[in-house]
Amino acid sequence: MGESREKLVLIGNGMAGMNTIEHIIKLAPHKYDITVFGSEPHPNYNRILLSYVLAGDSKVEDIVIHPMEWYEANGIHLYSNETVTSVDTAGQNVTTDSGLTVAYDKLIVATGSNPFMLPLPGADKEGVMAYRTIRDCEIMIEASQQYKKAVVIGGGLLGLEAARGFLNLGMQVDVVHIVDTIMERQLDRTASKMLQEALEAQGMNFLLEKQTESIIGDERVQGLKFKDGTVAEADLIVMAVGIRPNVALARESGLEVANGIVVDDYLQTSVPNVYAVGECAQHRGAVYGLVAPLYEQGAVLAKRLAGAETVPYEGSVVYTKLKVSGVDVFSGGQFMDAEDTKAIRVHDEFSGIYKKVVVKDNKIVGAVLFGDTADGTRLMQMIRNGDDISGLEKTAILRDNSGSGNGGGSGVAEMADDAIICGCNGVSKGTICSAIKDQGLTSVEEVKNCTTASRSCGGCKPLVSELLSYTLGDAYEKTSGKETICGCTDHSREEILAAMKEKGLSHVKEVMSVLAWKNEGGCSKCRPALNYYLAMLNPTTYADDPTSRFVNERMHANIQKDGTYSVIPRIYGGVTSPAELKRIAEVAEKFEVPTVKFTGGQRIDLLGVKKEHLTQMWEDLDMPSGYAYGKALRTVKTCVGDTYCRFGTADAMGMGIQLEKRFERLNTPAKVKMAVSGCPRNCAESGIKDLGVVAIDGGWELYAGGNGGVKVRAGDLMMVVKTESEVIEYTEAYLQYYRETGIYGERTSEWVKRLGIDTIKEVISDPEQRAGLCARMNETLSVTKDPWKEAVNNATIRKDLYEVVEIKS
Amino acid sequence: MNNTTLHSAGTEGQLAWYAAVAYEDLAFNTGKTIRCDATEVALFKLSSGTIRAIQNRCPHKDGVLAEGIVAGEHVFCPMHDRKIDLMSGLVQAPDTGCVTTYPVRIEDGQIYIGLPAAKEMAS
Repeated sequence: MGESREKLVLIGNGMAGMNTIEHIIKLAPHKYDITVFGSEPHPNYNRILLSYVLAGDSKVEDIVIHPMEWYEANGIHLYSNETVTSVDTAGQNVTTDSGLTVAYDKLIVATGSNPFMLPLPGADKEGVMAYRTIRDCEIMIEASQQYKKAVVIGGGLLGLEAARGFLNLGMQVDVVHIVDTIMERQLDRTASKMLQEALEAQGMNFLLEKQTESIIGDERVQGLKFKDGTVAEADLIVMAVGIRPNVALARESGLEVANGIVVDDYLQTSVPNVYAVGECAQHRGAVYGLVAPLYEQGAVLAKRLAGAETVPYEGSVVYTKLKVSGVDVFSGGQFMDAEDTKAIRVHDEFSGIYKKVVVKDNKIVGAVLFGDTADGTRLMQMIRNGDDISGLEKTAILRDNSGSGNGGGSGVAEMADDAIICGCNGVSKGTICSAIKDQGLTSVEEVKNCTTASRSCGGCKPLVSELLSYTLGDAYEKTSGKETICGCTDHSREEILAAMKEKGLSHVKEVMSVLAWKNEGGCSKCRPALNYYLAMLNPTTYADDPTSRFVNERMHANIQKDGTYSVIPRIYGGVTSPAELKRIAEVAEKFEVPTVKFTGGQRIDLLGVKKEHLTQMWEDLDMPSGYAYGKALRTVKTCVGDTYCRFGTADAMGMGIQLEKRFERLNTPAKVKMAVSGCPRNCAESGIKDLGVVAIDGGWELYAGGNGGVKVRAGDLMMVVKTESEVIEYTEAYLQYYRETGIYGERTSEWVKRLGIDTIKEVISDPEQRAGLCARMNETLSVTKDPWKEAVNNATIRKDLYEVVEIKS
Repeated sequence: MNNTTLHSAGTEGQLAWYAAVAYEDLAFNTGKTIRCDATEVALFKLSSGTIRAIQNRCPHKDGVLAEGIVAGEHVFCPMHDRKIDLMSGLVQAPDTGCVTTYPVRIEDGQIYIGLPAAKEMAS
């Protein structure tokens, strides 16, 4: 059977080529024997998401589109780390740098583009680089560990994303740009200036209207000199001034090349049986450097090669979104004002929102959005469809009308089946609609999980929602726009809590069956949430469901990446004793604990413990669990306070120990960390804790919603109280209010932001409400038990959770 | 060994059947780690009472599947939340991959797991 297949060779293991191959396999699975050559040592990955890798939000593995196994499973011969050096179009074969020659019946050239490197004097110095590949990303991350100052040349999309990455890596960064507005090819002046301000607030420094003359330094770069005579220091320079189609191989092989490889409306080059797709191709004079066009090209080429009927490719209307967290920018189509265009503008300087829609002959031809980009995908559809807007009220064009129930409002109905909805992951309307129909999907979340649409930047969520509405009709309207707790249900958190109360539900299973859960047994998102909510509502009567707890909370230890556990006993307020330390040391020796480490919360972590040793270890330790694994009170960090410190004004250690003893074992929507400082010097870092206590002369300040983690947030001053018992009382009220109104998984930093510190102040300052909250907290705390002791004393728990059965072969 | 007494059963075709634990001794929806030389199996008793056995490591990053949350016919890897079908061993979309599944049978209240017999024949 293999012999009868035609031989298809792809040069370039990038997004354009592999997207085409993926389509071909779907359309004609047995037609071709496929060989792929890629110069990079990786399988196919999503280059657009590199900025997330650099920003630390994703790992390299996360952006791989097709893992090596996928190639194998589909019978594709992949030669990674291997570069095609010549094409013999007469003999129909290609030859690589390792001397391998492979014959083809059909050849796809998808060599993409190369970053353009400015030919500046000194550009060959060490530390001057491009930003294009996983390897570049890795070099930048490595450099950040050694060097402090980066300069990015180029204030376009790529340059700004690279600069943001450097900020995340803890480096200082200057962005050098030749004109006085950044991203000038995508933004008008107003949006550009707003963007600049937003990025400056994030710590980016701009050197505008600067032209680099030379790069200075010895072997390694030390800085750069501009034409105006000024200089900037730099340990690392990234050139992000543009890309050039990679056409060298095509040119040498005799294909017609202008800026890119010239192709017709079916992506065929000037030579028979040779096609080009993606950034290296030039179609009707245009070369595209964005993802959506290459998917559109790939869909046409795949059909052609699969022998399916296809409409010709007639060019793309492009749009861009800047992938920098905290800044929403969208630009599409012909967005600059011209003599024959008019514009609708909304500019809200208070909220930092700017929207401009450019209209020509009653049709929308372009748009720029800043601050709120929700309209972006809808406007793009109106541009692509050439909708006549003369009948529409002008201001209504910018208002999102997806809530009006008019599914056809954005034109999803008229879109072709292969129109790309999700640009990041290349998911088409047809794929989404058939997944909705065939797999019975009813929410954006489910579509995301099944098709990956909206999984990356999330910009296409409104369109996915409209496709659901269009495909399901009224059945979708009922559930749309509601924040459900996971894909297993159409109910929101509030509805579920109300049903638990009204119907007196008392088991996780009961909730799922009464509220008609769509997936039998729920999932890893909803089950722990339901278990928490039920316990929060019925603290004394609810029987915890360990099978609905995440491993760490079920096992009462932190699972590590190798499957061993870490054990952290409670050390109240970070204050211990020689006897306790000796016991910990003896246990560590007895169980041959490979790593003993102090945690950031002033206690001791015993790492690398086997699961079958856990309970014996706890018995020997004879200390309470530190709950270092739970959505619960973790630690109360303290400074020494007035017991020893010459600046101390109060007993910080004593206060911390009291707080930790009061709230240990308390389950909360997310982990809770506290700290007590004995004076405003704040040595216990009370400003970045879920509850921070700071002693002042004659009283205590309570700070709420601080966070030192992913999103650093300084706590808000919530209350100033006089006595230690008031500290406990107000903390009880605060934590109970958080327990009752927090969404499962929501840290206090997000919760305080959502509710507003003033609302929280009002509630806990009200004597009646405070008394109620404290009473419910007291009830909750009255029934907690130490889980380590429980396991040590209960043979069933030991057997069910900690036993490992050995079979002898 | 030290934890639970076990004995190997006879071989059958390519499989060797081993007694693991008593059916009654297995808690619902709570994975049990079964070790046989270098092979680790995660054994589950589902809400329906069905027994399933799969390789105890997630194909993504070696997460320990016996510690995952069990929901219906699926287990969620505790490490990065991959959803795995316990019947087929397939990682559910949008992720990909699969884990080895092992046949089980219950005789006189005892759960037996069928492991590839190649190793035994070689020794």
